[in-house]
Amino acid sequence: MNVTIVDYQSGNISSVINSFTEVAKGTVNLEVTSDINKIKSCDKIVLPGQGSFKSCLDSLNSINGLVDTLKDFAIINKKPLLGICVGLQMFADIGYEDAETKGLGWIAGKVSKIDNQKGKFKLPHIGWNEIDIQKGDKIFKDIENKSHMYFVHSYEFIPQDKSVISATTDYSSKIVCAIEKDNLFGTQFHPEKSDKTGLKIINNFLKL
Amino acid sequence: MLKNRIIPCLDVKNGRVVKGINFVELKDAGDPVEQAKIYSDGGADEICFLDITASNENRETIIDIVRKTAKECFVPLTVGGGVRTIQNITDLLLAGADKVSINTAAVKDVSFVKEASTKFGSQCIVVAIDAKKVSDNKWEVFTHGGRNKTGIDAVEFAKQVETNGAGEILLTSMDRDGTKSGYDVELLKVITDSTNIPVIASGGVGNLDHLYDGIVKGGASAVLAASIFHYGEYKIKEAKEYLNSKNVSVRL
Repeated sequence: MNVTIVDYQSGNISSVINSFTEVAKGTVNLEVTSDINKIKSCDKIVLPGQGSFKSCLDSLNSINGLVDTLKDFAIINKKPLLGICVGLQMFADIGYEDAETKGLGWIAGKVSKIDNQKGKFKLPHIGWNEIDIQKGDKIFKDIENKSHMYFVHSYEFIPQDKSVISATTDYSSKIVCAIEKDNLFGTQFHPEKSDKTGLKIINNFLKL
Repeated sequence: MLKNRIIPCLDVKNGRVVKGINFVELKDAGDPVEQAKIYSDGGADEICFLDITASNENRETIIDIVRKTAKECFVPLTVGGGVRTIQNITDLLLAGADKVSINTAAVKDVSFVKEASTKFGSQCIVVAIDAKKVSDNKWEVFTHGGRNKTGIDAVEFAKQVETNGAGEILLTSMDRDGTKSGYDVELLKVITDSTNIPVIASGGVGNLDHLYDGIVKGGASAVLAASIFHYGEYKIKEAKEYLNSKNVSVRL
């Protein structure tokens, strides 16, 4: 199996590469690239994302043909894709970080700042938080409910259709922290930084 | 609910872990990669490397340590010490650091924090503030491991780094560092009350009650300690179980 981690200069993806390399250990051929042809021919895609919604979209859009290739892969051909952090947020129609920015529009919804109740909750939401799993049979297979995952973000994805939510976490309100819609997966938390449980989620994705 | 983090800190000099009393009298106590792995396996919520003499020495050593550690530890890794340029940050992040902590460079010019957080995102920019009490309810920022006085008010500076996009503050009391007499809880409280970003407490931990005080009395989101873990006085797990028994929520 060929898995591509999309490297579109969105910031630091070393941890994503390290953790996938650890889990894949020779069983999966891992590529880190923005090469359109390699992306087209692979079996699964990992779309990381760090920094702001706008900076990630700008970087993605600056690589000729990349957005269309990803869309063909995930929406037309329905092959498995995992978005991590801003990688997940970009599935939305629109985001409001830095400036109002158009998202990929794969899952209807918006990305807006977490309501921290006038400073009652510190932002960014940094650290380990428990997740409430709603859909436990794919990337959360054999993951215990209320497992701890590592978060670092100030914005949240709010999908229109609540049935795509596969996990939430409590921070000032119930924040959507994982999405599953057919072949599309996304986590707001960082499985690559979430110790053994996180690596298990990565393994589940690779085994899908 | 969000858990309070326990962060063991490894002070690194010439590729080896050291921990001093008030930053002098350094003792050699191990290989940083191995230490980090032990902490990570033991339940550390994050690992922190502080390159204590980075200002004067070759940066390749710490970058190599970060690279090796990042391949073995799958919890967040924060690296600080001698981070002065955007290139320094790029190098550390590429080596596998998740967050970079900026100290002197932020004090010299707070716009560096802005530049760094704009380029890399607030999520990976930690500003380390070393503060010393100068009078009642007044703390001043110091640099160079507590040697240089800056005349800058610590509370004002904390607010400033937040405005400039810092994602977290790593607050070290220079009065307490290495003394094992506990965090400067007053300093912590005033900084956590005047900012809206997470604050990591540092400097002075001698026992597990000090960790409790940092979180409960000081309002810290995370507690950092070196020697109590380093010399094996306490295991990370013990610290967590203790805090849990006192109703402080931690990741067990």
